[in-house]
Amino acid sequence: MSRKPGHTDSEYTFKLFRFDPDQDREPRYDTYRRGFPPGATVLEALLHFQETEDDSIAFRFSCRSAVCGSCGMLVNGAPVLACRTQLSALIGDQVLVEPLPNMEVIKDFIVDATPFWKSYRMVEPWLHTDGEAAPEKERLQSPRAVHKLEPYINCVLCACCYGACPVIGFDEEYIGPAAIAKLFRFMRDSRDRRGAAFLERVNRRAGVWNCRTIFRCIDACPKDIRPTDTIEALRREMVLYRFKKFFRLVR
Amino acid sequence: MITHDVLIIGAGIAGLRAAIGTAARYDTAVLSKVHPVRSHSIAAQGGMNAALANVEGSKDDTIEKHTFDTIKGSDYLADQPAVRVMCTQAPLLVYELEHWGCPWSRLANGKIAQRPFGGAGYPRCCYAADRTGHMVLHTFYEKIVELGVRVYEEWLALSLVVDNGRVHGVVAMEMATGRLECFGAKAVVLATGGYGRVFSRSSNALINTGSGIAIAYEAGVPIEDMEFVQYHPTTLYGTNILISEGARGEGGYLVNNRGERFMERYAKSAMELAPRDIVSRSIQTEINQGRGFNDEYVHLDLRHLGREKILERLPGIREIAIDFGGIDPIDTPIPVQPAQHYSMGGVATGVRGATAVKGLYGAGESACVSVHGANRLGGNSLLDTAVFGKLVAEAVPGYLESGAGPPDSRRLMDERKKQQERINGIISRSNAAESVGTILPAMRETMFTKCGVFREKKLLEEALAALRELKERCRKIGISSGASLRYNPGLMNALELPGMLEISEMIVAGALVREESRGSHWRTDFPARDDQRWLKHTMARYAPEGPQFSYTDVEITDYEPKARTY
Repeated sequence: MSRKPGHTDSEYTFKLFRFDPDQDREPRYDTYRRGFPPGATVLEALLHFQETEDDSIAFRFSCRSAVCGSCGMLVNGAPVLACRTQLSALIGDQVLVEPLPNMEVIKDFIVDATPFWKSYRMVEPWLHTDGEAAPEKERLQSPRAVHKLEPYINCVLCACCYGACPVIGFDEEYIGPAAIAKLFRFMRDSRDRRGAAFLERVNRRAGVWNCRTIFRCIDACPKDIRPTDTIEALRREMVLYRFKKFFRLVR
Repeated sequence: MITHDVLIIGAGIAGLRAAIGTAARYDTAVLSKVHPVRSHSIAAQGGMNAALANVEGSKDDTIEKHTFDTIKGSDYLADQPAVRVMCTQAPLLVYELEHWGCPWSRLANGKIAQRPFGGAGYPRCCYAADRTGHMVLHTFYEKIVELGVRVYEEWLALSLVVDNGRVHGVVAMEMATGRLECFGAKAVVLATGGYGRVFSRSSNALINTGSGIAIAYEAGVPIEDMEFVQYHPTTLYGTNILISEGARGEGGYLVNNRGERFMERYAKSAMELAPRDIVSRSIQTEINQGRGFNDEYVHLDLRHLGREKILERLPGIREIAIDFGGIDPIDTPIPVQPAQHYSMGGVATGVRGATAVKGLYGAGESACVSVHGANRLGGNSLLDTAVFGKLVAEAVPGYLESGAGPPDSRRLMDERKKQQERINGIISRSNAAESVGTILPAMRETMFTKCGVFREKKLLEEALAALRELKERCRKIGISSGASLRYNPGLMNALELPGMLEISEMIVAGALVREESRGSHWRTDFPARDDQRWLKHTMARYAPEGPQFSYTDVEITDYEPKARTY
C-alpha cells in the first residue's frame, strides 16, 4: 500500500476471525491495533498482517481491484469485497472481519462455496442457441438490447449476496440471488433461445418462490445489481407463462 | 496418480479456450491456483483487436494492416508469419465469442462496436464497455460449465516433469490440504499468465507470480525474450490499478503540471495513442524532468468527454477512480503513472503452441510465440490468449494421435518425493532468519527501480548482484506456521518465491546483455535500435549459476525493419 506525501496514518483495532478445523476446536478472534494511511483497504490490512504478524492467516484474493470476486467477507457485519472497502470509510476505528455466512468455513475467511456454484450451474448459465451456427459473422444486436443486460452482466460471482441472504440461512436448498440474476441475464439476452418454458426449472420453493423480498442481496452487491428485482420479474413471467400454457397460447 | 490425456495449467482465457477445444474428443482437465473466474484475464478492460471494418473510419481496415501495425508496434522483433496467423484468426474469435454469448458493445446498426487504440491505424478494438476481459473470461467459463470440463481449483503446480525430451505431467499441491499429487498427462498446456508481481509497481493481479514460466524454465524448457517487459503508461497512482488505454482511445488527454498535452513533444501525430512503450517513456521523462505532480504522476484528463460518454463507455474506469483513487473522472483528472503491465517474453513456442519439449505446449501471456516482439499493442493480448488457446487445442490432437505413450509414473513419483522434501525443509525451518517477508519486497523494489522504464548498465549490474544475493538467502527461508498445511499462505509464498527470483534474474541478465534500445527495452546508455547486432530473439536456458543465453533469428517475411515513428 502506498503512503502518499502529506498524509498521516489513522489507528484501527482489528478483530480477525480465526479458525483452522485441523487445529482449533472453535473459532477465536485475534486482535491487532495498527495505523494505516488514508485509502488503505481491508485487503491491504489483511495482507499486512499476513506478512508481518502471522503467515497462516488465510483468505482468497486476486485482482485487488473489485473485478475478480475473490475476497467477499464480512466487515463489521456487512458482506463486502475486502479489496474495495477502505478503512477510512468505516464508522469508528473498530474493524471486525469474519467469513461470509451461509457457507462452511474451511479456514479463517475461506469458505466452501460449493453450494453457490451448484446453484450457478443449475440455471445453465450459458447462451442457449439453436444449434452451432458457424461463426461467419456476428448476429446483430441493438445497443438497446445490450443495455438491457446491464448491470446483470457485471456480476463478479463473489457470493456476497449468497452470504447475505437470510433465506439460505434456514433453507440451504434455496438457489439464492446470484443464480437467479444470472438466469435473468440470459433470459433478457435477445440472442438466447431457451424460452419461457425454462422457467419451470426454478418454479419451485427452492427456486424463485422462496425469496422473502428482504432485499439484503441488493445491499450486499458490490456491483449495484438488484437480484430481488430479477426474482420478482421471473415470478411474473412464470405466472404469465403458466397462464398462456393453460390457454394453449404457448407450448 | 491422477491421469488425463490433456492437462491444462491455468484457467484464464488461453487455458479455458484450449480446454474448450480438446474437451469434446479427449479426456481434458484444467488445473488452476484460483477458481477460473478469479484469473487475471478478468482485469483486461479496453478490448480485443480484429479488423472487422465495422465502424465509420475503419472501412479500409484489413487483416494486412492489423498485421503491419502489430509488427511495427513490436519494433520489428515479432515473428511475422505468427503475427499474420493471429490477425487472420482475430475476426473468427470475436465472432465465436459473440456466438457463445459475449455481450460486445454494439453500433446503432447492430454490429460489434470498435474503438481506436494505441499504435493502430484504424478503430479496430472490439469492446464490451471497459470490462472486455471480464466478459470474455465469463463467456469461456460458461462454455466450460456447459461442456462439463473437469477443473482442479486451487491447486498449485510445483514442478513440471520432463524426461528424455517429453513431458509426463506435473506435481501439484492441493491448497486446501497441502497434499501433493502427481498429475500424469500425455500433453500439458501451460497457460499460467504473466509474472507482474516480481515488480513493486504492477497493474497485475496479486496472483501473477509467473510460476508456470518458472517451472518450465527449471525443467529445461527455453524461455524467450524475457527482457521485454511492458510498462503500462496509465496506472492509478497509489495502487497501480490499470486505467485502460480505452480512456485515451475515447479521447482522454495526458497533461503535465504546466497544463500541457506533452505527448505533442514525443509523438506528434499519434499523440496519446502512440504505443505503450513510447507513452510510458514520455510520462516518465515528464516526471523525471520536474513536470509531473509530486514528482510521481501526470494527469489523465477525461473531463472534456462529458458525463454521458464516460458513463457509457468507461463505467469501470470511473468506478475504479472513485473506489481506489477517491476522485470522479467526470469532475477531476485521474493521477496516473507507468507500472509493469505485461510480459512479452515467456515459454518459447511455435505458432501452434509447441515447445522444445514433446507434448508440452504453451499459450497466452506465459508463452512467447512471438507475436508481440519488443512491445505489445493494446488490444492484442486478449486476442493472443483467445487465438493461441484455440490453436493449441487444434495442435494437441496431432500429438496424441501420433502414438504418445502414457506418462512415466515413476518419474512423477520421484518428483513428488523431491517436492515433499522441499516442503518439509521449509516447514522445519520455523525459526529461520530469512522468510518471504525479508526477500520478496527487496526483490520487487530492485526490479522496479533498477530494471524499469529506463535501464542502464550500472543499475542492471547492481540489480543482478542484488538478485543473486537474494537467491542465496532464499535457500534458507522458513515459515512460522507449518503446523497446519490447510490453506497455508506462508507455504504458498515460500514455494513460489524461488521461481520469482529465477524470472527476475532472467529479465535483468537478458537486459544487461542486450546493448540496444528496442520497444519496451530502453537502455539510456544504448539509446538506438541496433538491427545489425540485435534483431534476434533471446533464448534463456536454466543453469544453477544463472541463465545461459543463446540467440535465434527473427522471422522477417513481409516487412523489413524501418525507423519507428508515430
